[in-house]
Amino acid sequence: MILVLVETQADGVELLSAEALTFARGIAASGDGDVQALVVGPHPAATLEGLAAHGVSAVHHADDERLAAYSAAAWAAAAIDAAKTTGATTLLAAASPRGNEVLAHVAARLDLSMAANAVTADAGTAGTLVVRRQVMGGAALEEVHLSGAAGAPALVTMAGHAVDPAPAAAPSSPSVSVFAPALTDADLVARVVRSEPVVNESGALTTSRVVVGAGRGVGGAEQFGDLLELTELLGGALGVSRVVTSLGWRPHHEQVGQTGSRVSPDLYLACGISGAIQHWAGMSSAKTIIAINTDDEAPMVTKAHYAVIGDLHEIVPAVNAEIRKRKG
Amino acid sequence: MNTLVCIKRVPAASSAVTLTDDAMGVDTRHVGYTTSPHEECAVEAAVQLVETHGGTAAVLTVGPEDALEQLRDALAMGVRSAVHVVADSDAFGPADVARAVADVVGARAGSDDAVDLVLLGNDAADTGDFQVGIRLAYRLGWPVVTGVRSFQVIESAEGGRVAALGDGPDGVEHFDVPLPAVLTVKEGGITPRYPSLPGRIKAKKAPVENVTPGFEPAGSGRVRLHLPPEQPSQVQILGEGADAAPALVDVLEQIGVVGR
Ligand SMILES: Cc1cc2nc3c(=O)[nH]c(=O)nc-3n(C[C@H](O)[C@H](O)[C@H](O)COP(=O)(O)OP(=O)(O)OC[C@H]3O[C@@H](n4cnc5c(N)ncnc54)[C@H](O)[C@@H]3O)c2cc1C
Ligand SMILES: Nc1ncnc2c1ncn2[C@@H]1O[C@H](COP(=O)(O)O)[C@@H](O)[C@H]1O
Repeated sequence: MILVLVETQADGVELLSAEALTFARGIAASGDGDVQALVVGPHPAATLEGLAAHGVSAVHHADDERLAAYSAAAWAAAAIDAAKTTGATTLLAAASPRGNEVLAHVAARLDLSMAANAVTADAGTAGTLVVRRQVMGGAALEEVHLSGAAGAPALVTMAGHAVDPAPAAAPSSPSVSVFAPALTDADLVARVVRSEPVVNESGALTTSRVVVGAGRGVGGAEQFGDLLELTELLGGALGVSRVVTSLGWRPHHEQVGQTGSRVSPDLYLACGISGAIQHWAGMSSAKTIIAINTDDEAPMVTKAHYAVIGDLHEIVPAVNAEIRKRKG
Repeated sequence: MNTLVCIKRVPAASSAVTLTDDAMGVDTRHVGYTTSPHEECAVEAAVQLVETHGGTAAVLTVGPEDALEQLRDALAMGVRSAVHVVADSDAFGPADVARAVADVVGARAGSDDAVDLVLLGNDAADTGDFQVGIRLAYRLGWPVVTGVRSFQVIESAEGGRVAALGDGPDGVEHFDVPLPAVLTVKEGGITPRYPSLPGRIKAKKAPVENVTPGFEPAGSGRVRLHLPPEQPSQVQILGEGADAAPALVDVLEQIGVVGR
């Protein structure tokens, strides 16, 4: 059985957790039983509906007032309890900051291996799980074989956007069981003591349908005017390369890539970005990629769906004018 | 306040990689090496801690002889000393690295060099296991905060604490943990300095302690590497220069991101 650690947001199941549930059904289909969900602490009512749409056979809800403020160790204690009582042979989470963190705590506490950023996982022979996971920012995939048994599950986090989230063919009406995990004071030492719900731009960046990407080709901090205008015309967000943030042209929360944000918009419009693997790691799952670049051999150009060759400072103003003209 | 920073020598390939013949590693004959951006931020933080609180900052790596290059880079940024656990880092899984670091921290306990804070990157740039800091914290019995964007050490009569912040799903999250502690750092809130020339000269003479790991590593569990499926180029060139603007906007309309 695959137990999925599910993260929630105001309207129910988080996108990356929905992807993980979809991914889990794939593993289940390859021979590892059914899919069940674990929810830790308070969560919105819509969560259950979302989990039913994903066809989970049971929902386990760790409930304790000490779980109201996030603590990775407490979540791990809850996950270990749930995995033990259910006899889960795989514990899966999204490779989100929390998913990776909680599973690493579980791994440390149970002295098990953990595979982060999996893109495929299939039941192998003799209770093993054959996992391919991204390494080097996705430039290579590492194959590992995890053994999963009741009490010592295979621990896997799933790379963001490795599958499209989709509801199950048939929704379920899962059983819901509430349990109080065994927590110690030590589990609560590193917990969130305060959070500021700042709506920073990286929030907009990861959810925008359109991301306008900007790289070294822009040329300087003062030269973002046309790109910002294009971003606004498209109702999108600006995303930048690491060169742009290290040169101090734009703030780090706009950085896309291995050490920035991972985005998955309908359109990624890459302007003056070469397409290094570490940047590609953050935007490769965009539905449509358009490159504007002076170099027709730049990886971003050859890997894009569409490209315009030339100076972005000539092309982008012309595009802006064309959009304004058509909008009338 | 004594800080230990853990860094890893990693290949710095910016385009597609090729694999070694046995598919157990990437072919590094034509790529350079670097340290992860996250770890450079951790090094910077350690240097700043010495500037504001005194004490020492040391850098540690578990890696081959050549990893001395990355230790020297950190020393050039202002770290005073280095510990080189000489080993084939490919043979070390995340639990092994955590054990090797814990052994070094353990050996210093109770001495003048006792470690109060271990800083690591949130994830290594090559293997990206997202685990070493957490496994280390459990070995030491210390609290751990991951994904730290910036932090401050607060010293008081009751002992030191760390106030750290990072980005959570709902915004900025604050943590407050007692020392000794483990933090894993993410790029974004700390700007690493460029090493000065005197810094580089000093780094050449800074003491590097070589350590031999006292155990056989369990390994990473790697069966082999694969290359991601290669996508043949399918790019449609819409044109050159400003004249291509209408064709580009046609595409934007087709995919529904601008309406008429
Ligand atoms: C461990 C590690 C992690 C990293 N993490 C990230 C990350 O998270 N995100 C990230 O982006 N990078 C990351 N990098 C850096 C990455 O390897 C590249 O260095 C970086 O992405 C390059 O940025 P760039 O494309 O803007 O610059 P360049 O590679 O210099 O490319 C500039 C491009 O602009 C084009 N150009 C120049 N002038 C014009 C013009 N007038 N009009 C149009 N085009 C023009 C050029 O032809 C070129 O293709 C990481 C590196 C390492 C080692
Ligand atoms: N071989 C190593 N030597 C020193 N530090 C390491 C090593 N491997 C990993 N680390 C540290 O642990 C962090 C997380 O690594 P990982 O858990 O492998 O993703 C890295 O950013 C480094 O700070």
